[in-house]
This record gives sequence, structure tokens and C-alpha cells, in this order.
Amino acid sequence: MAVRAQPINKGIALAGSAAILVVALLVLAPVGALFARAEGAGGISTYGWSVVRFTVFQAVLSALISVTLAIPVASALARRDFRGRGLVLSLMGAPFLLPSIVAVFGLLAIWGRSGIFSDILASFGAGPLDIYGLTGILLAHVFFNLPLVVRMILQGWAAVPVEHFRLAAQLGLGPRPTFRLIEMPLLRGVVPAAFLVTFLLCMTSFAIVLALGGGPKATTVELAIYNALRFEFDLSSAAMLAIVQFALCITAAIVALNLTQNAGFGGGLMTARQRWGDTRLAFWQDTILITITLIFLGLPMLAILFRGINGLGAGLPSGILTSLLISLGIALTSAALAISLALALAHLIDSLRGKFGKTIEVFAFLTLAASPFVIGTGLFIMINPYFSPFALALPITALVNAAITLPLALRILLPALTRIRQNYGQTADSIGMQGWARFRLLTWPQMRAEIGFATGLCAALSMGDLGVITLFAPPDIATLPLVMYRLMGSYRIEAAAAVALILTTSSFTLFWIFDRGGRLGNTS
Amino acid sequence: MKKILMSAALLTSLGGALWAQDKPELIVYTYDSFVTDWGPGPAIETAFEAVCECELTFVPAGDGAALLSRVWLEGERSEADVVLGLDNSLMEPARDMGIFAPHNGIPENLSLPVGWTDDTFLPFDWGYLAFVYDNTKITEVPDSFAALAASDLSIVIEDPRSSTPGLGLVFWVKTVYGDDAAGIWEDLSDNIVTVTKGWSEAYGMFLEGEADMVLSYTTSPAYHLIAEEDSSKSAAIFTEGHFMQIEVAAKLAHTDQNELADMFLAFMADDAFQSVIPTTNWMYPVTAQELPAGFDTLTTPTPIDAVALTSDFRDEALSEWLSALSQ
Repeated sequence: MAVRAQPINKGIALAGSAAILVVALLVLAPVGALFARAEGAGGISTYGWSVVRFTVFQAVLSALISVTLAIPVASALARRDFRGRGLVLSLMGAPFLLPSIVAVFGLLAIWGRSGIFSDILASFGAGPLDIYGLTGILLAHVFFNLPLVVRMILQGWAAVPVEHFRLAAQLGLGPRPTFRLIEMPLLRGVVPAAFLVTFLLCMTSFAIVLALGGGPKATTVELAIYNALRFEFDLSSAAMLAIVQFALCITAAIVALNLTQNAGFGGGLMTARQRWGDTRLAFWQDTILITITLIFLGLPMLAILFRGINGLGAGLPSGILTSLLISLGIALTSAALAISLALALAHLIDSLRGKFGKTIEVFAFLTLAASPFVIGTGLFIMINPYFSPFALALPITALVNAAITLPLALRILLPALTRIRQNYGQTADSIGMQGWARFRLLTWPQMRAEIGFATGLCAALSMGDLGVITLFAPPDIATLPLVMYRLMGSYRIEAAAAVALILTTSSFTLFWIFDRGGRLGNTS
Repeated sequence: MKKILMSAALLTSLGGALWAQDKPELIVYTYDSFVTDWGPGPAIETAFEAVCECELTFVPAGDGAALLSRVWLEGERSEADVVLGLDNSLMEPARDMGIFAPHNGIPENLSLPVGWTDDTFLPFDWGYLAFVYDNTKITEVPDSFAALAASDLSIVIEDPRSSTPGLGLVFWVKTVYGDDAAGIWEDLSDNIVTVTKGWSEAYGMFLEGEADMVLSYTTSPAYHLIAEEDSSKSAAIFTEGHFMQIEVAAKLAHTDQNELADMFLAFMADDAFQSVIPTTNWMYPVTAQELPAGFDTLTTPTPIDAVALTSDFRDEALSEWLSALSQ
């Protein structure tokens, strides 16, 4: 694969460059705008650096735990076929799609000082549980990210032809050699990137860290940025902190992407999940692991469901349907944008390969490390002299949400694209299959599942994200997350829970339609 | 979908533009909960439009701090004529921005527990910060920060770096305890369950039972009593006095609706405005009003001595809070 068979397709080069430009405009330009508007040079204090250290510390730890736990869970799910497996896989997407404040209340209903476990402890005269502090932050971050990492690793599993496992069994390889020869290379292909994504998501985590962190000991860079923008009116400090976030992101991305090694398992014909040399012990281990994971992820979701159903009695605010439609519109637009950008970038990166391709991918990851407050404020400064921010509220929200979800989509699509090239690229090249025909006849059927998963993820994430809309929101237009926050801000906690339920159900449905749609007819 | 939305948005703005030709439009930026169905916004809009021969548009722009940063970023291009919903903790930074113009005089019927002399900002409602608790669960109620710190009671507070009540709390402790404030925070640190981004999260966590008390307002129990017929919430009264959060509005210097803006600021002291405040914003009105049934059950504390909430005072109070709770 060292020699490029053909020069890079012009369409790919053009679309890819356009996507890079969009990313630069959304990520770098706002920071520049902040500096340009700033009066005086703000720096980062000693305290600021301790905040940076804590941010990195909790993010590394969160990512490490999420990935370590996700590996055995993903193996178990990859090995086992059971009724409802498809539903379980879809449901595992759900925690990740929750707006952070909704997740916090769901987790507290289970793990809080008055949660289920504290109640159980109390009946034995112990407790209550106190998760506030690092424990709470890690718990919430694992709850959020474990399912995502599991899904990313499962993608890696799906790329291994079943023939490999059959051969391993025929050769009488035990679990260890099988792990070394098949699972290990598989994991090296997906785990570093999954770690990176989780690290970046946890690095910019804000409401969760504040709610569960227990006090100012747990202060993240995002809070410092928020404080600088909203209370100190110190644009330059905010911009400096944004650059620190970028530097951390670039470092992490370079390390992670260099650790990534594509195994190149080759193509296969068999797709059914079938086990050879299975043992009773292994069966029970997997079953117990899957059950515990489902309970861990499911209980808070059930709590959110019950809170929401209770809240429905409190009545919904007028205009909730309009808000739902607006949110759906933003979600679909931004998912379409994110997938287009990701496909353009993935094709470019895959054609370039090597160092240059990796640089582009690292660059694309910046959008995940960028603070939404910085992007929002920066764009606001850039747009305000020319247009009314109200008029552009919806398109900008969709665009920014697309940018933030882009790295996720890219990470899901790129390995699939590389796999297709490795397995079918030469054949396709030899018959001159290029451009649209290649996408329609080869790429699309081969990566439908990945495209579906990525689209669902982007749409649902964009739906639940409050994002930049607050800074631009025109008088009469409110998204569902905005409505929820407004209810919470006016004592209407129960009605807010009901809106949270509507929001979560609809974003999950969106996710499910795309994810399921992509996998339909596939067995992976 | 997108097309439908876009054309709907376009129609709305076109409609608004046509309408605006008939009547002048006054644009008031405010915080989110003010304009919701259950907030004071709708009633005040109707009442003001009945007398102003104008179109009043409330624009929700996040919370108090987001509001200020929004008009600051917009600068002279801001469409806002009036900003409503800053509070006394934000007045100094707001004044320093130099984007607000002096008002036309303080209404004579203003009746606050403290005097009002500011020439730029006018108050429209106020409330005492207080720790709210469930009176069916807590019987020994602390009557000071020192007593609270000495007790086993758990509390949720808001972060002063991201919320105005949180900032008010830090001012409160600093005003009452002066140089001993850091010590009080150290003693309080084992009572604090967590510090949230804003009031909503803190109050929600309290209602879920995560803490015995939450930093809110003495008027919070009135909401539960009147809107939910639930008398189980009370506010702890501290003998050392309570911090008054006073919510204010001001006219922007570059407004193109100078007279209307002045008229609106004066209207804030009108009965039509003030009478809706208690049961929509759950705060006290700034003029003498007959309070709705239920408010009479609230205990009223005394205000702490007013101090100038300067940036220096804030920085000192904040850094004490930060270092005491970071240990």
C-alpha cells in the first residue's frame, strides 16, 4: 500500500480543502476575534495553571477508566448473540446523547445522597453515599463515554472477518494466543482514537464537573473561560485558555493517532457471529459483564424516564411543539453538515495517507477541544458588525454543532474508508471506478452502518446541545434544551423533567432511526 | 424542514418589520425566565403597550451575567434600548463599560428597605438571599453562618464565578465577617455538598434531596406555597442580617428610542408592573404593594449594612472563598 495507485481525485481534493477551511473558520477565527477585541493582554495565572492540571488529570483518568472498562464489555458484546442485541447496542448510545444536566439528575437519583443506593444503605443504618468530588466526576464521565467507546471498539470487531476466529479455533489456539493475534491488533486500531475522543469530551466538560465536583477544587478550564467571558469581560484570558485547550488537544491527538495501527484483516465472506471453542465459563463471564453494564447505564436512564413521566402531570409550556420542530431542524441540518464535512475530510485523509493525512485529522479534532463559549463569543464578534445575530441564530447553531460533532463522525468513518480501500481499492482502481460511481457502488454499501451510526450520533448530540444558541437566540425561537433550562430557572423543576424526557426521547429516536437504518440488513 | 423553518423565520421578521413601521419599537434585553409564559414578561408587555403606543419586545439573553456580556459585545450596534435584569453585584462592572445612560430620576414611590441613589440603574424587584430548607425534616435551624458552619447540615451553593446569587453569597459573608470571612468559609467547607453553575442546578438538587439547605431567596417558600400548595419549605433567618439582591434596569446610551426607554424605566414603578412581580418572578416589588396571600407567612430578615460592591471588594472576597474551599 506504499505506492499511491493514482493521483488524488480532484473532487476529493476540492471537497476536502473546503472542509478544512470551514473547520479553520469555526475554530481558529473565533480565537483570533477574541484577541482582536481584547483590551490589554491577559495571561494565565498560577491558579490558572493549577486549573489546567486538574482538567487534564480528570480527563485522562475519565478516559482511562472508560476505555479500560469498555474493552471487555465490547469483547463480550462482540462474542455473544442474543435476542435484543440490536436494541441493546442502540440503547447504549443513549447516555451519550443526554444533555449533561439531565444526566446529572439521572445519576443523582441512583448514586446521590438521596438516591436508590443511599436509601438501601440507610435501611442498614449506613450511608448516605457521597459521590461529590473526583468520584462523581469520574462516575458521570464513565456513564457518558463508556457506551460510546464500546460502540467504537465494536466497529473494530466488525472489521474482523469471522474466518479468522474459525481458523484460530481450528488451529486450537487458546484464548491468549487468540487475543494476541486477533484482538490485540484490532484494539490497536480503535482504542487510541477512542481514548482521544473521550479525553477531549471530558476535557471540555463543564456543567457535570461543576455539579458533581463538590467545590472549587474541581475547577476546569471551561469554567475559567466561562468566568472570563461572562464575569470578568476578559477576552484575552479566555482566548489564552482556548489556546491551552488546543495545545492539549494537539498533543493528545498526535500521541493517540501515532499509537493507532491499522491491522488490515482483509475481507471475508462470513458475517454471522458464530463462536468456536466457546466455554461455559466464558459464556457466564460475558453474560454477567453485559448485565452489569446494562444495569449501570440503564438505572439512571430509568430514573430520567420516571421523573419525566411524573413531570408530564405538571403540564407542558405552550409552544413546545414549535421548539421540538426547531430542535429537530437544527439536529438534521447539523448532522447533514457534519457527515458531509467528515466524508470530505475522510476521503482526503485516506487519499493522502501518511503524515499529511494525519496532520489534517489532528486539525479536525480541534473542534472537539474548542470551548463552545469561545466559538460562540468569537463568531458573535465576527458577525455582529455585519449582520443581526438574531437572523443567523439557527444556521450558526447548526453549523457550530456540526463542527463540534465532526471529529466523532470522522473517527467513525475514516477507519471504514481505509478498510474499504485496503480490501477493494485495487480492484476498484483497476476498473477505473472513481468519483460518484465509486461512492454509490462501493463506499456507500460497505460503510452504510458507519454512516448511519455517525449521522445518528451527530443529529442526537446536536439536538441535546445547548451550544451557542443562547448567545444568538432571537426573541421567539427557543430550542428544547433552552425551554428546559428556562423552566428550571423558574422553579418549574417537574415541567423541566418532562421537557427533558421529550428531548431525550426524540433525540434517541433520531439516533435510533439512523443507527438502525444503517445496520438494517447487515448483521454487524 | 430547514426550508420551512427558514421561511417561517423570514415571515416572522418581515411581519415584525411591517408592524414596526406603524409603531416605534422598544427592545428590552432581559434574562430568560423573565419572558417565559409563567414569568412577568407577558403581563408587563400588555400593560406597557396599552399606554406607550409602541411595540415592546423582550429579548431573552441567558442569565444576568450573560445579559451584560451580550450588550457589552454588541457595543454600539446593539439593538437593545433597555437592559432589564442586572443586579447590584453587576452594577459596577456594568457602569465601567460606559454603555449605559443616566435615568430621568428616581420614582418617588420607591420603597425599599434601603435607600436608592444611583443615577443610572433603577431597581424593579429585590429579594433577600437565604438558605431554604424543608421544615418537616429540619427542626434546629441555624441563625447565623457561624451556627450553620458548626452544624451537621449539608448545603448546596452556587459558584460565585458563574452565578449572581453565588457572588451575592460571597459578598454577604465578606460584609458580615470582614477579615474573618476566610475562617467562616473554612468552617463551612465540610457543610458544602457541592457548588453548582447556577441557581437552577442548586435548587433542583435541593428538591431532589441532595442537601438539607440551598442558597436561594426568602421568597422561595412563597412559590411552593402559592403555586404548589406546599408549606414544607422555609428560609433560615440569620440574625446578622441578609444580603439583598436588587435587580435593576438601565437605558443604553446609544438607544434610538430615548423617550420610550425613559418611559419604560418610569413604568417599572407603576402598579401594573409591580403588582405582577411577586407571583411571577417570586421576588419583592420595589413599591408598596399589597402582597398576595402566602407572602404574609414569609419571615422578613433585616438587611446587612450596604457596602460598595467594588471590583476590589469582589476580588478579595472571591479569592478568600477560593483558597478556603480549595484546601
